[in-house]
Amino acid sequence: MRTRALATRIISQFVRDKRTLALLFLAPLLVLTLMHFVFNGQQVKPDIGTVGIPAPMTDRIDPDGAHVTSYANREEAEQALRDGKLDAVFSLEGGKPSILLEGSDPSMNKAVMLVLQKSIQADMLTIQPAVSYLHGNEDLSSFDSFGPVLIGFFSFFFVFLLAGVAFLRERTTGTLERLLATPIRRSEVVAGYLLGFGLFTLLQASLIAWFSIDVLGLYMDGSIWLVLLMNLLLTLTALTLGTLLSSFAGSEFQIIQFIPLVIVPQVFFSGLFNLEAMDPWLQKLSYIMPLYYGADAMRGIMLRGEGFDDIETDVYVLLGFSVAFALLNVVALRKQRAI
Amino acid sequence: MVQTHTNIKSAPEPVVDLQGITRRFGKRTVLDGIALRVGRGEIFGLLGPSGSGKTTLIKLITGIDKADEGEVVMLGEKMPKLSMLQRFGYMAQSDALYQELTAKENLLFFASLFGLSGARRKERIQAAMSVVDLLDHLNKPVAAYSGGMKRRLSLAISLLHEPELLILDEPTVGIDPVLRQSIWKELTALRDRGTTIILTTHVMDEADKCDRIGLIRDGRLHAVDSPQGLKDRSGADSIEEAFIVLGGGVRA
Ligand SMILES: Nc1ncnc2c1ncn2[C@@H]1O[C@H](COP(=O)(O)OP(=O)(O)O)[C@@H](O)[C@H]1O
Ligand SMILES: [Mg+2]
Repeated sequence: MRTRALATRIISQFVRDKRTLALLFLAPLLVLTLMHFVFNGQQVKPDIGTVGIPAPMTDRIDPDGAHVTSYANREEAEQALRDGKLDAVFSLEGGKPSILLEGSDPSMNKAVMLVLQKSIQADMLTIQPAVSYLHGNEDLSSFDSFGPVLIGFFSFFFVFLLAGVAFLRERTTGTLERLLATPIRRSEVVAGYLLGFGLFTLLQASLIAWFSIDVLGLYMDGSIWLVLLMNLLLTLTALTLGTLLSSFAGSEFQIIQFIPLVIVPQVFFSGLFNLEAMDPWLQKLSYIMPLYYGADAMRGIMLRGEGFDDIETDVYVLLGFSVAFALLNVVALRKQRAI
Repeated sequence: MVQTHTNIKSAPEPVVDLQGITRRFGKRTVLDGIALRVGRGEIFGLLGPSGSGKTTLIKLITGIDKADEGEVVMLGEKMPKLSMLQRFGYMAQSDALYQELTAKENLLFFASLFGLSGARRKERIQAAMSVVDLLDHLNKPVAAYSGGMKRRLSLAISLLHEPELLILDEPTVGIDPVLRQSIWKELTALRDRGTTIILTTHVMDEADKCDRIGLIRDGRLHAVDSPQGLKDRSGADSIEEAFIVLGGGVRA
């Protein structure tokens, strides 16, 4: 009853606050759309200048893979490279093929090498292997691959921020003290917050998932319900963590200060970056990061079509985080009221 | 120095009974050995300059805060106690209202926290708002309220569940004289119907309207008596003078 009253109040406050609503619902869509265009665009097409390469070989350079311009001599070609007109110069030196790379952009370097190696290797007789995919397909873009992580991340980030600020404001405006001068239990306060915010986070999670899959065409091989479940669990964790940490903040700005401490490290361990190159010791840090579990499950569901059995552990760990943070919240409220 | 007199006016069982209350923040002692009894059906005023410890004492009485030493007993129960929060109405010094919500939404929220619902809740909201003369502004967002209106709304909220004890921290701050008078009229009416009221103020002439006053300064209760009793004891004509005589002289 008191929990419901608190949840109702939070919902009416939220509905009045158009800016915050927009931040919660539109900002993630905007950023996802930008990400989509950046990482889903055309393949990079390097500009390659050739010097003295015999025509049969230049003809074999895949015209879809690179722009090829032929130069009369090395100096001219190298000048073009320095001027930024070329990404690489391909020439013959002493009868051997030689490649001079512009070098500052690793992904461009790789693209050049791929195209040129193909054209050189075509000289030799090779057997082309038949390629097929266990998960995904040849059109899988990098956006498809880390999109699931982004969905989880945005849910987590915005809810963390909003819940933290809302709870902080309740404290700094004195309404928390007023609230605690009524017979409400501390656990009812926490439950009310969970319920009130929970509704919006559920809506937000559904909106983000629908938008990414149906509008942006994110690769999706699993159950939408599992995606929503994981997203909801992630936002619950963000909600309880945000309100908990807001007990240790004195102002909105101090909530912002938690972002580099709490949010950014999680991004690194969430699977956006490959951790295998990292010291195994450091890799273990990911076990204490809620986003790691969320991202792992989201990827599993969306890319590999995993079912509940496969993500069970992630579900329980996130539930565990939420329950633990919620209980700590109840304890932290002791600071505001002795009973 | 003047002795602390604890003058028990009425009722064998006090509504609030404080004994040896001491509260420290770090090394600072903000309340020092406060003993006080408030009887049923009186308006008790805590009078003292700002920073003297009035709000701290109020929070100890409500059980929001806990004393380092001493005992608070309210209506026969040792504080702090969760169920006791249902038995009194509280108005904090700062208006703790939800600005983006309407007055009605604020009232509905707090009424629900006190377990009111349905027709009874509606009826109590109307009654409380008519006491503070805000019925016409029920559906306005609180952000559009003036300072005085917010104060009155806070008072209305504390009246919602018809508590037998009202604890009001500076209830008339920022309220114009006409309204202040009407609020005092309401408080006296409530008292006459048996409600006990404890309030704080730093306005001397308001103290005259209380049944009894406690003079508090630097965390100590220097004298407790009726306004007339204080004037008689100090040989002063006004509470202000009495405060200076009884409250330990002019501030250093
Ligand atoms: N939470 C707190 N921490 C430290 N000092 C406090 C705290 N609350 C009050 N004080 C100090 O206690 C003294 C009494 O404050 P307060 O009870 O608010 O006075 P009043 O209500 O009479 O103006 C003040 O000097 C104030 O600075
Ligand atoms: Mg005060």
